[in-house]
Parts: sequence; structure tokens; C-alpha cells
Amino acid sequence: MKTLNKIIFTILAIPLLLSGCQTGNSGQSGALSSDVASKVYVKPGEHDEFYAMVSGGFSGQLSVYGLPSGRLFKVIPVFSVDAEKAYGFNEETKPMLNTSHGFIPWDDSHHPELSQTNGETDGRWCFINGNNTPRIARIDLGTFETAEIIELPFSGGNHSSPFTTENTEYVVAGTRFSVPYPQKDMAIEEYKGNFKGALSFISVGEEGDMDIAFQILMPGFDYDLAHSGKGKSHGWTFFTTYNTEESNSLLEVGASQNDKDFIAAINWKKAEEYIAQGKFRTVATEYAHNKYDDATHSATSTIKKSVKVLDPADCPGLVYFLPTPKSPHGVDVDPTGEYIVGNGKLSANLTVHSFDKVQQAIANKSFDGEAYGIPILKMDEIVVGVVEQAGLGPLHTEFDGRGNAYTTFFISSEVVKWKLGSWEVVDRQPTFYSVGHLMIPGGDSKKPNGKYLLAMNKITKDRYLPTGPEVTQSAQLFDISGDKMKLLLDFPTVGEPHYAQGIEAEKIKPRSVRIFKLEDNQHPFAAKSDKETKVVRDGNTVHIYMTMIRSHFTPDNIEGIKVGDKVYWHITNLEQDYDVPHGFSVMGAQNSELLVMPGQTETLLWEPLLEGVIPFYCTDFCSALHQEMQGYVRVSGKNANVPLKWSLGDHM
Amino acid sequence: MKASLTSRILMIIGALLILALFIFPMWNITLEAPQYPEAIGMDIWVNKITDHNPNDLKNINLMNHYVGMNAIPEKIPEFEYFPYIVIGMSILGIIFGWIGRRNLFLVWFCMMVILGTLGMYDFYLWEYDYGHNLDPTAAIKVPGQAYQPPLIGSKVILNFKAISSPMIGAYFLFTGILTALIAYFVARKQAKQ
Repeated sequence: MKTLNKIIFTILAIPLLLSGCQTGNSGQSGALSSDVASKVYVKPGEHDEFYAMVSGGFSGQLSVYGLPSGRLFKVIPVFSVDAEKAYGFNEETKPMLNTSHGFIPWDDSHHPELSQTNGETDGRWCFINGNNTPRIARIDLGTFETAEIIELPFSGGNHSSPFTTENTEYVVAGTRFSVPYPQKDMAIEEYKGNFKGALSFISVGEEGDMDIAFQILMPGFDYDLAHSGKGKSHGWTFFTTYNTEESNSLLEVGASQNDKDFIAAINWKKAEEYIAQGKFRTVATEYAHNKYDDATHSATSTIKKSVKVLDPADCPGLVYFLPTPKSPHGVDVDPTGEYIVGNGKLSANLTVHSFDKVQQAIANKSFDGEAYGIPILKMDEIVVGVVEQAGLGPLHTEFDGRGNAYTTFFISSEVVKWKLGSWEVVDRQPTFYSVGHLMIPGGDSKKPNGKYLLAMNKITKDRYLPTGPEVTQSAQLFDISGDKMKLLLDFPTVGEPHYAQGIEAEKIKPRSVRIFKLEDNQHPFAAKSDKETKVVRDGNTVHIYMTMIRSHFTPDNIEGIKVGDKVYWHITNLEQDYDVPHGFSVMGAQNSELLVMPGQTETLLWEPLLEGVIPFYCTDFCSALHQEMQGYVRVSGKNANVPLKWSLGDHM
Repeated sequence: MKASLTSRILMIIGALLILALFIFPMWNITLEAPQYPEAIGMDIWVNKITDHNPNDLKNINLMNHYVGMNAIPEKIPEFEYFPYIVIGMSILGIIFGWIGRRNLFLVWFCMMVILGTLGMYDFYLWEYDYGHNLDPTAAIKVPGQAYQPPLIGSKVILNFKAISSPMIGAYFLFTGILTALIAYFVARKQAKQ
């Protein structure tokens, strides 16, 4: 009976203890005793200190915020069509979304990664992955528009990407799903040994041109995340793996059986040597390479036909496996390049490998067997430290450049600060709720700016005003300049944020484009002055060369269009003033509006189905006479004899 | 009696300084408004009007067409003959310096003052026309409102503040004219000694 009493008492006490814990936590996290609001207050008219590029996850977009204010500036369409900006709807950007599967208007974008020079963010570009139909995009940080997209062959679920090397020599992209190689019709249960995982190294040119330099054909594991070495480990890239069990069904069980999975360490300098020696196979395939040109204001899509492939079994020294406990998710390299942190997501511990020890183990051939011809290093020889019992479900780690690391724990919903070298936990803060990635500006580069930390949460439940079953995801900003982390701000995000990148605003502000120079416009259908406006019929295709300037279209009266025509409205914005875009919309357009920047030309395809006189107008409130910026197009019957005619006021 | 060497050199320097009008703009009109945090402006030269910042003229014209103002002209007759006057006066000043008669220095100074005044008067007339000669079909008509920018100084015109001020070319011109006057006094003083 006494024992029973004890048990009952204990059971009753647990919730009390837990709630006691939580009270303590939220008291800390609220931190309202000090003047938190002033720390995120950016005076009206003043600018934020940092840009934050936050991925949109299943929205397929990238959003641009200011920190510390958390203000949203722009949502950049990348892998998903956007009717607001006509991305994927106008004729100019349709090729951007072309793939070997045709036009794909959606993707799942997870990891933004800024370009780097000498291991520091340089503000030129932001790369981001498309998961579902594997692609990598490059966003130009002069225009804040998607400038290039390259598709990845032999991949499925492009998750471990795009992580850059120290000088943006490459962005890397690993496949989450292993797939038959080459793709073919076969029984799924024959997965084991027959499926392969391709790791792509995409070279990046001075002007940004992306090209798949080579792929490494890996065993059929799942490749989860990656980061490249820096400093002493420059020349190496690390990929986490899970499902080394090679399970093809019920992975939540099947892929969680091994005590250890691997971090695959790729010596890409060695790969370059093997490529130079011709030790690659050229494999035929098809993948799209799409580029947007700021001079023609148009994208082109090219289908590429082959890729160079290296097989680790034929290339000694190219790949080593670092055993790492329990399905590691993120792999993060500290600013010195020495520590390689494996975030074993089904574990309570964090395992840290030493790059020096890895090199030594390789030199001493301290191998613990091999997998598919790839040497497995002895774990005891390479682990330099373990952060014990730091929390539950570690996912990602970033660094502040002062010898501290910060790790997110999904299951225990917290950010934990610990010390590199002594591996002791020094602080922890709860997140609301279930944090995924975290970001410190430059936190995965050689030079972190350890002032703020942004934690991105998957679940918000009761944190905001409810909006039906679907509620917002969120980001939480912490001040990490002191010994203890301090929660400053909690703001909703666009889509589901996965990873983010932060950068000092001054690195980007001076390069931000204001207008496109009209004289540089090389669009084949541009009308660079009212004199060049015209309407041209070619069979049932009609090209309208139109201009827009405050506050009229030229021409604004058009006659002679017939039902069944394919009408291309090529509209050039003649403005040369900052922040004066004009919009264009025509009744019955089955695609979107156009939003044309100063000096730019965009084209909307319109196929009128009904006779009548159809209005069109400017959609962007451009001027005091914006509401007068309108026109009519007359649509006649298929066999009508109304001649083509166009005019503006009395002037034409 | 010939003027002293110092004064003759000064006279020639003065005559040369006015050639700076071909290197620098002489006048600027700047328009400030809430929508133009960086302001827009035109630079007036002896032979042309240019953007202060890229595309300013185009944007000024765009604004002004709503109230029916004419576009800023690319060419006016003055731009044709002003350069000849400046070059002519410069050569004349050099010749006067060469001849070295101090009264000629004074003559050159007076000619320049008269020409300068005429130039300003001409500028005023253009500004008057620019601000008053409005298209009767303009979209925005404010009864009794004129849009003439100030000759010098600042003036509020509807939502704009117009600021008119000399630029570096004008300072060279003033200095050139003044140098001729100094040359005259230096020559006179030395003659007395």
C-alpha cells in the first residue's frame, strides 16, 4: 500500500514538476523585464542592419526580411509561379520553369545559401534548392530575381543542397532518395544494392553560370544535408546519410535500426584530379538549364544531354565514411574548419569529428571495413568530442565565431548553446514550437556575425491569432551578444521556413538595381519610344508593341483583333525613375497581370474568346492619373473585316 | 603707359577663367518633394541643359506635363551663340592683357558685367515662359498658379520646393570678372607709384 501511495504521489508530482519547469522557462523567454522592444525597433525611415533570406518551403519561394525588425520586404518567386509578378506566366519567364518533365510550376524550396568569397558571404547571389523535381536556382542579389535554374539528373528529393564551397567554386547537391541508376522500370523491393544516390558538384562561373561539373555515384542511402569544409578543410564536402539500412518501405522503422549512419566526406579536389585524368564516365541523360538575361529581359531553356560521373570504387581517396550515431540530419563545420558536427536526430547527443583526426585516420588507414568499396573510418579515431544529453532530436548547428555553437532540438523544442572544445552546455532557450533550422548571419561561413540568431519553427499552435486549421509558421529572433540568449521577437513567415541566410545589409544595398536602362533593353519586341509602337498581324497571331509611361499606354485604342487570335502584348515601361513600375491587365486573360519594371519589356499572351470591346488598365498605382491609365481593344468575329488600327489621343 | 606685368597676367588669367564655363555647369535648379527623397535637378551650362542625376530631365518633364508645362528644351538659340560670346570675350580679354592698357581692363570688366546681367535677364525670361506658358488641356489646372522657378534662392511650388543656385562654372565666371577688376586696380596703383 505504501508503495502504491509512493507511485501515485510520484505520478501526481510529475506534471507539477514539468509545469514548474515550463513556468521557469517562459519566465526567462519572455524577458520582458528588460526593454526588448527597443532592440528590434527600427525607426520609421531607417534601415535594418541585416538582410535575412528565408526559404518558403512548400511555397517554393524565398522571402526577404530585415533583421532585427522582422519586417518582410519581398517574396521572390523561384520554383513556383507567381501571378503577381507574372513569374511563370509571362512569355519571358516561362522557360525558367522548364525541366526534362516539361513545365513544372511548383517546387519545395528548403535551403538558401549565399555565395562566398574567401569563406565570407559576398552578397552576389543566393542559391536555393528545389526538392521535388530536383533543381538548384541562383537568385541575383542586384535584382532580387531568379536568374538561373539548373535541373539535376539521377536525383530524387534534392535535399542536401545547395551548400557552397569557400569561393563558390561549387554548390553541392545530394539526392535524398536513391533511385534506380539509370532510371528504369523495376521492382521497388529490389532497391538494396541496385539503387544509387548521386551527389552533384555544380560549378559556378564568375557571372554565375551554373554547370554540373561532375556527379559522384554513391550507395543507395538517403543523403540528407551537407556543408563544405573551410580553411584547413577547404577542398572537402560533408554529406550526412540515413537509411544506410537501404530500406524501401516504412522507413520510420526500417531506416532507424542502425546505431550509426555515416557522414560521407568527399575530397572534391581529388575529384577534380580524377576528372582531369579522365577517370569519369560520360552518361547520357537530359536536364534543363534555364537562364534569365537582364538585357533581353527574357529567359532561355537549354536541354543538356550528358553528365560526367565518378564511381568511388574506381577512385581511391575520393570518399570516406565517418560513422555518426543515429541518422544524422545536419552536418555543420565550425568557422575554423576543424570541427564537423553531426546532429544525430534520433539521439540525445551531438557527435563532433575532428578534421585533423580524420586526416590522421586516413593516413594511418584506420578503417573499420568498407561499404560498397568506400572505407569506413574508425569512429574512436575521429570523434573529438560529444555534447552529452544536450536535448532531444538535434537537427542543426550554427556558430557565433566566439567559440560557441548553437544547436536546435526539434523534439525538446529548444536552442542549446554549447562550447566548442569543452563540449559543455552553457545555455538553453525554448522555442515555440518544434524548431527546425537556425541561422546566425554568416553562421555557416568562416566569419559569423554573432549578434543575432534566428530560429525557425514548424509549429505555432496558440502563438498567434488563429486563422482556421492552417496557421502560420514562425521565426524567432534571439540576441546572442551576451552570455545568455535572449528572445527578442517572434514573427510569422511566408510558407514553411526551413533554412535561412543572413548578411550585413551593407554588402547588398549598394548593388541593388534601381532601374533597367532603356537604352540597354535588347528585348526583340521592345518599343523603346512611342514611335516604335505598332500592331502586327501574322496569320492569327498578333503582336502588339506597346509602351507605358505616366499615365498612359501607347497605343490605348486597338481595333482589328478577332476571336481566336493569339495576341501577344509586348509592353515596355519607358520610365527611368526608381520605384515606378506599371502593371497591365486585360479582361479575360487566362494567366496573370504583368508588372513591368522601368526599362523592362514583358509579354502577356491573350486569347480572346468573345466579341466585344475589352478594357485594359494599369494595375500598379503609378501616379495621380493612374486611374486614367487605361484603354480598349476591340475584338471582332472570326471572319470580320475590321482593319488593324491603333491610336493614342489625337497624336496618332 | 603700359600696365605692370602683374596686372597684365591677372587680366589674362581672368579672361582664361571664364572658359571654365565649358568644363562646369553654371547654374542648377533642384526640385524637392516627398516622393523624391534624393531630389531631381537640372544643370544649366553655357551650351546645354543636363541631368543632375541620370534621367532627371526626363522625370522633371514627366512631372511637369501634368500641369501643362513644356518639356525642358534640348536646344535653344542661346546655346548656339553663348559659346561664341564666351570664347570671343576670353580672346578679347587676352588681347587686352597683351596690349596692357589698364582702361581696357575696365572696359572688359564692364562688358562682362553687362553681358552677365543680360544673361541673367534672358534666364529669367526663359523661366517666366517655362512657368507660365501652360498647355490649356493640362490634366491638373490650379487657377492662378504659375510654376516659374526662382532666379536664385528657393520657392515652394505646389508639392515641390524649387531651389535655384549658381554652380562651379558661375563661380569661375564671377572670379574671372573680378580678377579683371583687380587687374585694373593693381595697374592703377602701380602707375601711381
